[in-house]
Amino acid sequence: MEPALQLKNITVQYGGFTALDHVDLNIERHTTLGLVGESGSGKSTLARVIAGLIAPDEGEIGLGSQPLKKKRSREQHKNVQMIFQNPDASLNPKHSIRQILSEALLFHRIVERRQVEQRCKELLERVHIEEGALDRYPYEFSGGQRQRIAIARALSVEPSLLIADEPTSALDVSVQRSVLELFHTLKEELNLTMLFISHDLGVIHAISDNVAVMRQGRVIEVNSKSKFFVRPETDYSRELLSAVPRIPTSSRSGGSYEQRI
Amino acid sequence: MAANTVLQVEALSLAAKSKKLVENVSFSLGKGESLGLVGESGSGKSLTLRAILGLLPRGIEQTGGVIKSDVSSAMVFQDPRGALDPLCPVVAQVAEVIYYRQKASRKASRIQALELLEMLGLPDSLKKSDRYPSQLSGGQCQRIVIAMALACKPGILLCDEPTTALDVTVQRQIIETITSLQRELGFAMVFVTHNLAIAASLCPKLCVMKEGQIVEHDDTLRLLQNPTNPYTRMLLDSVLPLPELEGSEQ
Ligand SMILES: Nc1ncnc2c1ncn2[C@@H]1O[C@H](COP(=O)(O)OP(=O)(O)O)[C@@H](O)[C@H]1O
Ligand SMILES: Nc1ncnc2c1ncn2[C@@H]1O[C@H](COP(=O)(O)OP(=O)(O)O)[C@@H](O)[C@H]1O
Ligand SMILES: [Mg+2]
Ligand SMILES: [Mg+2]
Repeated sequence: MEPALQLKNITVQYGGFTALDHVDLNIERHTTLGLVGESGSGKSTLARVIAGLIAPDEGEIGLGSQPLKKKRSREQHKNVQMIFQNPDASLNPKHSIRQILSEALLFHRIVERRQVEQRCKELLERVHIEEGALDRYPYEFSGGQRQRIAIARALSVEPSLLIADEPTSALDVSVQRSVLELFHTLKEELNLTMLFISHDLGVIHAISDNVAVMRQGRVIEVNSKSKFFVRPETDYSRELLSAVPRIPTSSRSGGSYEQRI
Repeated sequence: MAANTVLQVEALSLAAKSKKLVENVSFSLGKGESLGLVGESGSGKSLTLRAILGLLPRGIEQTGGVIKSDVSSAMVFQDPRGALDPLCPVVAQVAEVIYYRQKASRKASRIQALELLEMLGLPDSLKKSDRYPSQLSGGQCQRIVIAMALACKPGILLCDEPTTALDVTVQRQIIETITSLQRELGFAMVFVTHNLAIAASLCPKLCVMKEGQIVEHDDTLRLLQNPTNPYTRMLLDSVLPLPELEGSEQ
């Protein structure tokens, strides 16, 4: 079977600046690809190209067996859903949570009208938000809860690919952990195919099956998670991994920052 | 204060109108020592640092406690671009601080500024042509900010999340720079961060802050091995683990 997503030779220019430089990348079905790289390396641009928010200057995108062209059908739009760093990007502040969730269900005809209420409740249960939330508005929730609601909205239309672009980066560490655990549970329960973007290698480790590293608009390494974190293939990946601050153990005393050799 | 102590914060309380923001915070810092102040956003870390610097935001008042210190302090902020004047070239900015703070001549100020920038690993080309903050990367701007703080020859360097906005590799370079400068110049440091791993690898002593109070305070290793407060344990559990990198020195 072909991969869930295939990118061939994707190039994106902003004015004269090349943000994506002939990128090839595949995501296998029911796996999570973690995409890591420093700021400005092109991660969000890649996400926007896949989601159809910008058209590439060059290259081809395949979703399953279908090519994704510049103009996408409603079905094709439905199949690629995106979650952003700031959940407010996908939650209309003037709509109740019920409106937010049912709108997508009805537009894409996921369930019949009489089943919408029940489905909304199920979706909230999946992301551990109590069903009383349906009559409330986004501002009544914390940042972590809003991100859970954005996840429910994205999953409501049963996409074949979920893109999450730094979904935990704006959250406090404790909240970040619980949202990551939610992604992990959902991924197992729903057999999701996911592109999970983060600049934080700890986050990438917690969620990915495979890892891709971007640098200056190029994908410079794709590897299995188990190999990447122990034996990365490129010097740059090694440089990134060894720069991550770690909790000192008794063998390394606290407060004696070790100089790089 | 004990002979070796450069900073003593005793029962510091801060409030906005009648809202308590920092409550009963106490710690002390010896000459050349580093203390990490860790906690999630809103826990009162930045306000505590500002109180030490003597620069509380408008509307915030000290409602209790005393801060004793007989040395000067200087601060490094999270957002380096925001801390620099966008309309003034960077070497000139550092020289200006030296001119005013050390009452040096214009010429001597510029020479000293260039020395500092070299110490901080900034490009040599700045000697010939000065640049505006917008022409430097975020990491380079943070080095300029650190140079400006050090130009005041502080006894205490107050660091407020100085690497949070930077990429990991740049973060590592900045932390290495601060550590080696500290060894060379001997200033004491209060390092504020929400990242327990950074604080722990940088400071031998840690204070954990939550909702304006210090909930735990101990030697770093002891605190990591036997956290007594549930909040400390939660912070420790939130540090995402990574496997050991093969062939690394650690
Ligand atoms: N709309 C845009 N116009 C011009 N340049 C852009 C635009 N969006 C992003 N860029 C530039 O493209 C590069 C890649 O950006 P981005 O994809 O957001 O990177 P990342 O998500 O990895 O931080 C950066 O140098 C950024 O400044
Ligand atoms: N200028 C201000 N006026 C009113 N409240 C403030 C002000 N600055 C900070 N606070 C409040 O004080 C608390 C502590 O803030 P801060 O010290 O900035 O936290 P931290 O640096 O740990 O994130 C927060 O609840 C914040 O909203
Ligand atoms: Mg991005
Ligand atoms: Mg702060």
